[in-house]
Amino acid sequence: MSLLDYFRSTKKKSASTAKERLQIIVAHERNRRSGPDYLPQLERDILEVIRKYVDIPADQISVSLEQRSDELSVLELNVSFPDEKR
Amino acid sequence: MAKIIVVTSGKGGVGKTTSSAAIGTGLALSGHKTVIVDFDIGLRNLDLIMGCERRVVYDFVNVINGEANLKQTLIKDKRVDNLFILPASQTRDKDALTKEGVEKVLHELAKDFEFILCDSPAGIEAGAMMALYFADEAVVVTNPEVSSVRDSDRILGMLSSKSRRAERGEDAIKEHLLLTRYNPERVAKGEMLSVEDVQEILAIPLIGVIPESQAVLNASNSGQPVTLDQDSDAGQAYLDTVSRLLGNTVDFRFLTVEKKGLLKRIFGG
Repeated sequence: MSLLDYFRSTKKKSASTAKERLQIIVAHERNRRSGPDYLPQLERDILEVIRKYVDIPADQISVSLEQRSDELSVLELNVSFPDEKR
Repeated sequence: MAKIIVVTSGKGGVGKTTSSAAIGTGLALSGHKTVIVDFDIGLRNLDLIMGCERRVVYDFVNVINGEANLKQTLIKDKRVDNLFILPASQTRDKDALTKEGVEKVLHELAKDFEFILCDSPAGIEAGAMMALYFADEAVVVTNPEVSSVRDSDRILGMLSSKSRRAERGEDAIKEHLLLTRYNPERVAKGEMLSVEDVQEILAIPLIGVIPESQAVLNASNSGQPVTLDQDSDAGQAYLDTVSRLLGNTVDFRFLTVEKKGLLKRIFGG
């Protein structure tokens, strides 16, 4: 890659960075909007419980409720634990 | 049947009032009797953009409180037939708009007008909710910029859950994306979100793209809706938008960088 290309590629970036960031935050907020009102509180409570045992930052947990069919909803809980070695 | 269209955005300063004035004027120019209602209680500005600020006697809240009737309150545009403005109040508190009061006024307007354009205040507070509550269609004004796109998405959520149509389980509000302050040169350089980017994120049909233009500030400086400046790029883009709102298929213009000839490059223009 030439020096010129290097400058070009960094210049190209801001609009695509904006798009990527927007796609993530908008999807996140839509998910939250479509869920029940208690979901954010549930997420905070679960985080509190886990924090009693392991110190994890708030953005390392995500709770979502997915409506699979009329009778079945799945509550999905994702927690990333910190690397033990560190 | 009158059609109620809300012009909304969430974020402030993206061009809601400019767009309300321009679209309302365009609808009236096309022969449709149109009223533009300023919902921004306390911060009225539509009158200034429309150039009728010195003709305001009564306002929206006066009508709701029964202190004046619609006939006394509506301001008839002096340039365009079929065009009227219902100004917001300047001094009253924001809670002056009640759902019942607004419904009564809109019902009254619907007897007389083909289009009722509701110019929403910024934000997601009571005023903005009131502006969108009774809408049949929504023009979501968005700038190609992260905070504006995100706020537009929030407003789309409100439109589909907090409107009367949503509460009654009727057909959803018809949503339109209006991209304003679009700068094709910056898009070409990768410095600005493109039409396609914004459309992909918000996923609603595009009704218009208004290029960033000196004509818009010139228009507001002189209190002329930009649609009346028919030689300008922004004026033409708004007329295209109005035509699409009326159901016509119109090609999109002003999306790409205009190639400048050698003479233009040397002498400008």
